[in-house]
Amino acid sequence: MTSRIEARFARCRAEGRAALVTYVMAGDPDPETSLAILKELPRAGADIVEFGLPFTDPMADGPAIQAAGLRALKAGQTTAKTLELVRRFRAEDAETPVILMGYFNPIYIYGAERFLTDAKAAGVDGLIVVDLPPEEDDELCLPALKAGLAFIRLATPTTDDRRLPAVLANTAGFVYYVSITGITGAATPDFGKVSEAVARIKRHTPLPVVVGFGVKSGAHAAAIAEGADGVVVGSALVATLKETLDAEGRATSGTVAAVAGLVRELAEGVRSVKKARAA
Amino acid sequence: MTAQAKPNTFRAGPDERGHFGKFGGRFVAETLMPLILDLEKAYAEAKADPAFKREMDRHLKTFVGRPSPLYFAERLTEHCGGAKIYFKREELNHTGAHKVNNVLGQILLARRMGKERIIAETGAGMHGVATATLCARFGLKCIVYMGAVDVDRQSANVFRMKMLGAEVVPVQSGTRTLKDAMNEALRDWVTNVADTFYCIGTVAGPHPYPMMVRDFQCVIGEETRVQMQEAEGRLPDSLIACIGGGSNAMGLFHPFLDDPSVEIYGVEAAGEGLTGLHAASIAGGRPGVLHGNRTYLLMNDDGQIQDAHSISAGLDYPGIGPEHAWLYEAGRVTFLSATDEEALHAFQLCSRLEGIIPALESAHAIAKVLEIAPQKPRDHLMVVNLSGRGDKDLPTVAKHLGA
Repeated sequence: MTSRIEARFARCRAEGRAALVTYVMAGDPDPETSLAILKELPRAGADIVEFGLPFTDPMADGPAIQAAGLRALKAGQTTAKTLELVRRFRAEDAETPVILMGYFNPIYIYGAERFLTDAKAAGVDGLIVVDLPPEEDDELCLPALKAGLAFIRLATPTTDDRRLPAVLANTAGFVYYVSITGITGAATPDFGKVSEAVARIKRHTPLPVVVGFGVKSGAHAAAIAEGADGVVVGSALVATLKETLDAEGRATSGTVAAVAGLVRELAEGVRSVKKARAA
Repeated sequence: MTAQAKPNTFRAGPDERGHFGKFGGRFVAETLMPLILDLEKAYAEAKADPAFKREMDRHLKTFVGRPSPLYFAERLTEHCGGAKIYFKREELNHTGAHKVNNVLGQILLARRMGKERIIAETGAGMHGVATATLCARFGLKCIVYMGAVDVDRQSANVFRMKMLGAEVVPVQSGTRTLKDAMNEALRDWVTNVADTFYCIGTVAGPHPYPMMVRDFQCVIGEETRVQMQEAEGRLPDSLIACIGGGSNAMGLFHPFLDDPSVEIYGVEAAGEGLTGLHAASIAGGRPGVLHGNRTYLLMNDDGQIQDAHSISAGLDYPGIGPEHAWLYEAGRVTFLSATDEEALHAFQLCSRLEGIIPALESAHAIAKVLEIAPQKPRDHLMVVNLSGRGDKDLPTVAKHLGA
């Protein structure tokens, strides 16, 4: 059976364009608003949605996503509640791939096997766990693959050709290339170098390669789409969400629309770059 | 844990993947993984190089002031009326604590690796001061991450670091204490991969740090063995040390782990008490994954890390080194805890009886000496690690005593 992730990349290829992958934090600023945003993302042009699992100590994230995680936790978000939001999203959208992204401890405490079972049942398609390198594959990556969930790996500028095969070995779904050495939402990458890096990774794997970190606008998205199979945007969306909150950090009538507006701009950027069509 | 044969040595860990039993490991972002592998290789080479050891020994002697004395605490012994109590005087080291032993090793390693920019996290500021000191000594750029809360409560150490030429970055994220300083140091490292060496201050973090920091701190226990032999002609009967991350304790304990006659006690910070706010990861936590390793952590039911609390900023961390977690589960080390009040009492008693003002961290160990020593016979030899001096804590203690 073709997975939702494979089907979505195939559709983008057929349309001759790169995919837009969007990240928002589950439960930010409250569960219902975050579900409303999640539902709105595909309508605004997102092809794949990443849902962040909040964690108190996100060591690879910049200030925007750190703050988003703390907002979600303050509003009572838990791993179980995040899975429940995915289940409700999936009840209305059977096609858009959902990727959960976060850190290992909340998953470890939930129980790795139980988490995989519940995530699969909720309609999750893949996982990105920042602090699980291939050296720790026994923890979650191998059980996830067995459970039918894609374990999506980050490749970075420090992942050289010697190391790439190890990083790619148990990767499924797609490869997420981190465009900079740094944290989320920080520097904007050198787009020329990103294209070279994507080409290098593609020599090692048939999987689609998406690029994230530092993508803030439609123009950035277009520049990345030239060389990559997909563009990931997270911090910029989370920062846009934050701008709409009231003084107490609560959602306002403009919250969902503001995030959707930026997604539409990013989707136009991605769609402005025509790529060779493939069946 | 399932029943298993006792290992024939407690000193062989970690395995090649950095595991002490199920603890330890390398839970880091991919960007850092190649750097950690480089560090592991560089450390293995340095460890095998006699020139590296000679250089360490020379600086330990002439710059740090080692060996530190093993001191018979005569009046404290009389006061307790039981075991014969010795202090391992780590507070006499240059910079006033055991931290410098480890920093010296890591800075010499950074120089071998050609790294010119050193980053560190600090809680009370003692590791930051030691790092700033050695960076000044060797002409390296030094950036110290310190929680904004700790910057406020440890202003003297902040000024010391600046005097030594270091840049001190107040960390505003999260709870603005030691764990957040460590997060921020990791974020710096992930950003500045080419020229930066991360000098971790305790036996925690991803492999090889817990092993490497332990090795550099083992000078404490190795000297103690020799000194006790000279003083009493035999091994000590018990060892006791305070534990935050646990580097002073590991340095004292490790050389004695395979001597079954030696009782070993680690003392965590019980803060306001184990039912309230505290920093006792073994007593009040459970295994989880943070800062690159699996170990006992303070967290809620959803795996979110909880704030630690201790009157001692150096013990104010929600985790413990992974090798300690393993030694706890293996039953080799007995873990106890001391409250803020007990530590404050021991702080004052030690000052008045011995003329030594201990760090509040070390006072936690002394607090448990006051309980254990009276139960032991007079020929029982007990060594407590006096891991740091208390000058830095005088404002905190004065505030609590209303002085």
